[in-house]
Amino acid sequence: MIKEHKESRLKEEVLHVISFMLNERQVTCKIKSSTVLLDLIRDHFSLKGTKPGCYEGECGACTVLINEAPVNSCLYLAVNANGKNITTIEGLVKSDGTLHPVQESLIEHGAIQCGFCTSGMAMSIKALMNQYENAQHVPGDIRIEIPTRNEIKKYLEGNLCRCTGYVKIIDAAEQLFAKEDQ
Amino acid sequence: MKKEYKVIGKPIPKQDANIRVTGKAIYGHDILLPGMLYGAILRTEHPSAIIESIDVSEAIQLPGVHCVITADDVDVNNIGYKRDHPILKKGEANCTRDEIAAVAADTKEIAQQALRLIKVNYRIRKGVYDAFEALDESAPQINKFISGKFENKNIAEKFHYEHGNLEEEKKKSKHIVSRRFTLPRMTHACMATSNITASFNNIDKKLLLYSSTQVPFLYQRDMAHALKMNPSDIRVIQPVIGGGFGSKLDMHPFEPICALLSIKTGRPVQIIYSREEEFIASPIRQPMVIDLTAGVDKDGNFTFREINIIKDNGAYTSWGATTPFVIMQAFSSLYKVKACRFDAKAVYTNNIFAGSFRGYGNPQATFALERVIDLLAGELGMDKADIRLLNANEKGEVTGQGLHYDTCGHKECLETVIEHSGYRTRSLQNNDKRYKRGIGIASMLHVGGGAKIYRSDGCGTTLKIDPYGYCTIITGSNEIGQGSETVLAMMASEELGIELSKIKVINTDTDVKPWDVGVHASRTSFVAGNSLLGAIRILKEKLNKKAAEFLKTSHFDFDYSDNMIIPVNTKEGIALDKVVREMHFSAPNELAIASFFYEPSSKFQDKDFKGNVSGTYAFAAQAIEVEVDTYTGNVKVLDIYVAQDVGKVLNPLLLGGQIEGGILQGVGYALTEELLMKEGRILNPNFHNYKMLTASDIPDIHFYPVETLDKEGPYGAKGVGEAPLIPTAAAIANAICNALDLDVLDLPIIPEKILTALAEKKGTK
Repeated sequence: MIKEHKESRLKEEVLHVISFMLNERQVTCKIKSSTVLLDLIRDHFSLKGTKPGCYEGECGACTVLINEAPVNSCLYLAVNANGKNITTIEGLVKSDGTLHPVQESLIEHGAIQCGFCTSGMAMSIKALMNQYENAQHVPGDIRIEIPTRNEIKKYLEGNLCRCTGYVKIIDAAEQLFAKEDQ
Repeated sequence: MKKEYKVIGKPIPKQDANIRVTGKAIYGHDILLPGMLYGAILRTEHPSAIIESIDVSEAIQLPGVHCVITADDVDVNNIGYKRDHPILKKGEANCTRDEIAAVAADTKEIAQQALRLIKVNYRIRKGVYDAFEALDESAPQINKFISGKFENKNIAEKFHYEHGNLEEEKKKSKHIVSRRFTLPRMTHACMATSNITASFNNIDKKLLLYSSTQVPFLYQRDMAHALKMNPSDIRVIQPVIGGGFGSKLDMHPFEPICALLSIKTGRPVQIIYSREEEFIASPIRQPMVIDLTAGVDKDGNFTFREINIIKDNGAYTSWGATTPFVIMQAFSSLYKVKACRFDAKAVYTNNIFAGSFRGYGNPQATFALERVIDLLAGELGMDKADIRLLNANEKGEVTGQGLHYDTCGHKECLETVIEHSGYRTRSLQNNDKRYKRGIGIASMLHVGGGAKIYRSDGCGTTLKIDPYGYCTIITGSNEIGQGSETVLAMMASEELGIELSKIKVINTDTDVKPWDVGVHASRTSFVAGNSLLGAIRILKEKLNKKAAEFLKTSHFDFDYSDNMIIPVNTKEGIALDKVVREMHFSAPNELAIASFFYEPSSKFQDKDFKGNVSGTYAFAAQAIEVEVDTYTGNVKVLDIYVAQDVGKVLNPLLLGGQIEGGILQGVGYALTEELLMKEGRILNPNFHNYKMLTASDIPDIHFYPVETLDKEGPYGAKGVGEAPLIPTAAAIANAICNALDLDVLDLPIIPEKILTALAEKKGTK
């Protein structure tokens, strides 16, 4: 009885066709209602750089950018990705292999140990850069201050790291903005 | 004295950071083999119960399920340090993580669904969740696999150590302080959850494991014992490992279970823990109760220490049961002390079992010892810095336990943090009614040149240079994020004059790499480094000979620089790759290959635990300033001054990462982290309720490396990995007690404990 019930439930599950930009490429796929974005990215598109740390929205290892904002992809239903612009860690690298300044800075500052949090951390820092850069284009002549060290710390609160003690990650982020300020 | 190096000592980023920062690193979670199935484990519903029956018939029939196993389906040996741990439990469940059955299915979802179809009948019985209760005569025997070697049926392991005349020293003591300290469960919380992919080839009967183990060769041996196989038929490959910290020192049941599922199905099987499972079914830092009595004479000299420790072992025994090896070193040998008597018992309970965790018992020991030192200073009316400096360890000292301090930066570390923290000159602004500031000092001693707790503490290296001048280091050592591959490449670059981009490190495959005991005890740079330097020495003899022949010189002293071999004090040399080709293509035709096995000079300790257990010893001191909000009980750690005797800084960037990361784990241990258990169940198995610190919580860390250039260490270096977290909780506790004039005894020091202590203090006045 139980078996039949479960099977019929599986069969009935509706599939949705969604289409979105993934790392600047238009993609289309068919998914179940229950699929989360993290699984779609990792299992369907084989982009394994986005890491599953908890599936509970607590650790931030699976952070991706959705329309430039950082999101825990483990808690984001993939159907909602339809029509959106999604960037993963793989999307930060140029096709010729040139790394993004965020990645360069994390390497130079020694901010990477086991690396399992690094993708999410890099995406969060990139999101903060986006926010800062977009603020420059708001009309008016208000000078936009670069984020302070404390603001950077606050921004990265959603990304847990067990190896580094965060210091070098914050250093890496801070230097990116210091460069912008020059 | 200090030699100039070209590569060693430079802040060189981790060599594989680029693959980790681009998402290209392959972790266990990313492995996908053709035909791979997904495994899942059914754990007990009750921490202590008789298992009356297990019915898997419905689960087996679920479409997509390939295999369901219980203890009845497998012919295996127990695992664990004491071989007291059945892989799948039969007849009874003894802790909340107990593995009852396992399935392999086409998808993760089907595997989970199958688990829900397994019916288990339990007869719930009363469990024992307190180690002292377990020692009571009336308590039931919790683990039936032990032989009853000890006086009480629930003692898993015990240690006794002593030196000096304790009774005599008691008489000489002006003040004696006794305290009981209770230390919590702390979990590793590696960012990558536990994982394994097993692939059994049922044609040639060989087992391939993609495992995150820290100790692949011991693991291979343990796996073979568990599965009744030949170790050499098991190949262990380590994918990129997402955090270790000691959690992967033991083989855990899910690993042979995954292998069994693969053996039964003839298909690759993968098991990946959920985060909740990671909290429930991982080993933990040993919770323990430490009774410490210590004395001091009228001049402030430490006289004796008497220690009784009861460790909650949990239901099974891991390597963690051997932490008293390290704990007793802190009590017997940190600061000079004339007499010491140490007893520790690991006691079975129905709690989750304790494993090893960075520091290996030393954070617990150091916390108790450094708290009591503050109290002794208080009794004497002596300054807390002065009493430490008076008793500090010294170079040349052989301790009561027989540890040889050939180099010793203990005093210098203490002096450094005392000076830089402004301990003697600062005025604590404690006029504020609400916010109170305090400063605390603590220091530590830890093995710095491996630890001979297994019959060999060595590491093998095979080194080769190819005809194009590239170098490959095949090392027994392991990389778990700490940067060992970078430090080894730097050593080869320094010695051979080959740039880092031409050096490859192979370190992940037991079929390829020579033996090594594993990554633990802060040993890799020291032991694997010495092993590599040995191989380089041998290879250079061959290269030198060929170079001399080619250059027609009787010189045998060469510089290796910029891919050239140049006779010392001359300008004309020969390209390294050319020498390699000459070796290969001219008589006597040999390849540029060398192998070396390094075994530290340390000794396996005798039955009394006396002897020089490590190649060298590391020391550190921390001075920490806190601000306590007396209204809320919140503690803010303001500044951490840390000085560590690292022997020699090999790479300041990676060293800084070890220091900062270790310290933050120590701050978590002091203030926020505790895996809460009630009646054998874990109450907070998630990151929301198990409070790991975030970027916002970091204090300002001021690090001062102390270089003592140990003659045993590579370039004088000592192990560094565990030391940074060892004194942190002690220094924070001392700072809080200093700020509030309290006597804090238990970790973590959460706001509630501070408010309760403040209320009690007010009440007693």
